[in-house]
Amino acid sequence: MRRTGAQIVWEMLKREGVEVVFGIPGGAIMHVYHPRRDYGIHHVLVRHEQCAAHAADGYARASGRVGVAIATSGPGATNLVTGIATAMMDSSPIVCITGQVPTSVIGFDAFQEIDITGITLPITKHNYLVTDVNDLAYIIHEAFYIARSGRPGPVLIDIPKDIQKAETDFVPPEEEVRLPGYRPVGPGDPEAVRQAADLINGAQRPIILAGHGVLMSGAMEILRAFAEKTETPVALTLLSKGGFPESHPLALGMMGMHGEVFVNQAIQEADLLLAFGMRFDDRVTGRLEHYAPKSRKVHVDLDAAELNKIVPVDVAILGDLRQVLEQLLPLVEPASHQEWLEQINRWREESRARDIVHRPSNGRLLAPQVVHAIWEATGGEAIVATDVGQNQMWAAQYYHLNRPHTLMTSGGLGTMGFGLPAAIGAQVAHPDKEVWAFVGDGGFQMTMQELATVVQERLPLRIALLNNGYLGMVRQWQEFFYDQRYESTSLLNPDFVRLVEAYGIRSWRVTTPEETHQAIAEARSHPGPAFIEFQVAQEGEEGNVYPMVPAGAALHEMIRRPTPAVKAR
Amino acid sequence: MKSALIALVEDKPGVLNRVASLFRRRAFNIESLTVGHTEQPGVSRMTIVVDSARTDVRKVAQNLYKLVNVIQVEDVTERPAVIRDLALIKVRTNGSTRAEVMQIVETFRARVVDVGLETLMVEVTGTEEKIDGLVEVLGSFGIVEMVRTGRVAMVRGSNGNNGKSQYRIKGE
Repeated sequence: MRRTGAQIVWEMLKREGVEVVFGIPGGAIMHVYHPRRDYGIHHVLVRHEQCAAHAADGYARASGRVGVAIATSGPGATNLVTGIATAMMDSSPIVCITGQVPTSVIGFDAFQEIDITGITLPITKHNYLVTDVNDLAYIIHEAFYIARSGRPGPVLIDIPKDIQKAETDFVPPEEEVRLPGYRPVGPGDPEAVRQAADLINGAQRPIILAGHGVLMSGAMEILRAFAEKTETPVALTLLSKGGFPESHPLALGMMGMHGEVFVNQAIQEADLLLAFGMRFDDRVTGRLEHYAPKSRKVHVDLDAAELNKIVPVDVAILGDLRQVLEQLLPLVEPASHQEWLEQINRWREESRARDIVHRPSNGRLLAPQVVHAIWEATGGEAIVATDVGQNQMWAAQYYHLNRPHTLMTSGGLGTMGFGLPAAIGAQVAHPDKEVWAFVGDGGFQMTMQELATVVQERLPLRIALLNNGYLGMVRQWQEFFYDQRYESTSLLNPDFVRLVEAYGIRSWRVTTPEETHQAIAEARSHPGPAFIEFQVAQEGEEGNVYPMVPAGAALHEMIRRPTPAVKAR
Repeated sequence: MKSALIALVEDKPGVLNRVASLFRRRAFNIESLTVGHTEQPGVSRMTIVVDSARTDVRKVAQNLYKLVNVIQVEDVTERPAVIRDLALIKVRTNGSTRAEVMQIVETFRARVVDVGLETLMVEVTGTEEKIDGLVEVLGSFGIVEMVRTGRVAMVRGSNGNNGKSQYRIKGE
């Protein structure tokens, strides 16, 4: 069966189960594009390659499958870089295919030549420059395997134009990959698991720190069984939201810099931390010397390099979280921690009393109340994508999730502009589900050209713009820590409603709390894409994300929202 | 203290670059790194020496394992191993000092591999300390040029591949 390299690309994508790819054609990749429609794989034409990678990432997170981005050589490839780095930091499985100049001119600074395998070396899990068309099919097979197995991540395949054109006898690669040095882990060391079980059975104030690994290893059910059997409360990292139902009585909510105070208090007071598939990012630990000082620590992760990297632990278990929990569950005794849970609930009530969403309206539109209203209107059943900054933290704090793979957010890299393209990827993965993108006015303007993609693909996406006229999180830091000098953070914005309407997207503008519910209801009942601009409080107590652990502070040293009573004095 | 790691890696384009890039981005401080072929086609072997006071050897190994092309990593610091460095040293000599230099070379069990009118080239193999010693002594005559390979290491005993089994390599 004679096939060109270009045909082999689509043949292999099909064999890997790919139904849709995100990309932009160009000189060095158009040969690959040419036979696409013969293979029945849908192509989403984005408007900037960064968004091809973000959309593939959003697709991967929403579907649990590998996302695919395609770009041409040179600037097309370099535009992918931010998207690849975002996927790398959040262990998101994507495969990027880039065109390259012909092998005969590689190294000659040919037109649109760039060393993209060199550039992406530190931000991919692995990458390839294909130099022989006979290697192509196997490389694609291997790339998908590497992207989705073990600790998932982005893989890039750079294909020179002459390889795309070259013909060969296509032989489907055998299923088994030949990677002598690549061995994704399975169950944990039984002795370490037994030691962990002993600690768990002896704990009085245990807490589970659930991480992204819960979703990645498919450990949602077993985690729930474990938490219920041991009556252990569950705190979530940003990326693990959805991995444990937030409506569950044992669910605490998000931990860390903008986690609720009672969650961080529980971590600081716990006598046993069970870190399940998380990596002690500085955003969740605060100052390390004072982190969870009263606790023994158990850490389960599938990446050996994460164990004892930041927080030294008493028991480190290298293994796949789901399989380790399956080992642990029969070894742990049913337990009751009523006293501990009651203590946490007293802290929780105190936090709730300060919560701004329970405050009576004073006529001003507040971002947390907007997110809360959308959460209520959608019954918490929407898929949510966020941008980065204040909008992201409000979405994480107030959009409670009960199902896995329902939050698309850039955690590790913190990539502004991620929200809209990630929402596109999620909506493509789930055309019939309700998808909301929460974006700020800063990040939205970094990738808002993708509104054209939304329209061209007829995606029924809902976009909530929380417009406070600032690069809000930076402004908040300036308010707290830089003498309120709002240096270069004030934005002179366009008329967003008219701008978005120009793309043919139905738009609403909301400036008061009274208009909120009706606009949300109308946007939800509108069949096509919908956009709502919420002009929210800009600064001060009503414009800040609370609570907050300042950089360099311990987890319990949070800046809390001033209570109304305090404010009145 | 210095620690030595042996890494078996797939012999593929760019693997050295991947390893070097890893050390740079994780801010690992490497004293020396040598790479060469092994008895097994398709497998290269690296000997990596790090100052364990400044760089956590365990972290180096764990991060090396994250590279898809790295087959096996072993810390041989605490194991009975033969560790060798090779140096070529060009020493300034004249009629009156040549005999003395050659005698020193003899004492260190090194070899003279080239004789010029005003220089001698010395080849020496041994532990890093031994070569450091020779360099120090020859320094008083004037060292014109020197090159050292960095350390290579092999664990003693009858097992191959540091006691581990052979690995199946792509294409076999």
